[in-house]
Amino acid sequence: MARHDRPLSPHLQVYRLPFNAILSITHRITGVGLGFGALILVAWLAAAAAGPEWFATASSMMGSIVGRIVLFGFVWALFYHLANGIRHLFWDAGFGFELKDARSSGLMVVAVSLVLTAVAFAIGCIRAGAIS
Amino acid sequence: MSSPAGSSFRTRLGRVRGLGSAKEGTAHWWGQRLSSLALVPLVLWFAISLVALAGAPHAVVVAWIRGTVTTVLLVVLIAAVFYHLALGLQVVVEDYVHTEWRKLAVVIAIKFASGLAALIGIFAVLRIAFGA
Repeated sequence: MARHDRPLSPHLQVYRLPFNAILSITHRITGVGLGFGALILVAWLAAAAAGPEWFATASSMMGSIVGRIVLFGFVWALFYHLANGIRHLFWDAGFGFELKDARSSGLMVVAVSLVLTAVAFAIGCIRAGAIS
Repeated sequence: MSSPAGSSFRTRLGRVRGLGSAKEGTAHWWGQRLSSLALVPLVLWFAISLVALAGAPHAVVVAWIRGTVTTVLLVVLIAAVFYHLALGLQVVVEDYVHTEWRKLAVVIAIKFASGLAALIGIFAVLRIAFGA
């Protein structure tokens, strides 16, 4: 059929995504994921409001191995979305559109998100260990 | 006045309003940017606070939430997070859901759920702040 002769958008199953496209879809995925993180934040605040017993339950869930792995994922998603969001704000202001600049700012976003996650998690675990 | 019908199908009133066929301006885009701008410092503040609070018992967390500055910033953070989340999820749904009634239903559900979650979070913070 003639209407299929038009150029198609990238066929995602066979098309190797460029670096910036991977960062772009990761921004979206982390954004959706952080929506669930926001619900956990609300649950944590509600547990604190409900009293010490509820809060202790929430704390032990977050302090468990599974809880820590999930938290680690949310912390990274938060820092990634934050860093890449700032990158987007610079684009909105008209800066950093050259391919070379977009690549280096993308690398910076990945590096910053990983470093901040490691630092936050290390300090958090040390403090949690010191208190409990 | 040159004949308006000759150059454009749009009425004179439509041209003066300048809103195009979508009948709205850039409100959604602008709301997303403004909330992201507010969230940059709020999220950094919140992340640092959470790291400092890691493993803290109920009494310490409640005392932190009761601080006047903390209470206000938490309320602003929750409002900005769920506003930003609702706008972001709406774009994702509009990109991937192509059946009109499904798209509409999911977007409405997202807005209601975001509003409800934000209210629960804000209520929890205020309940702690005013010491119920």
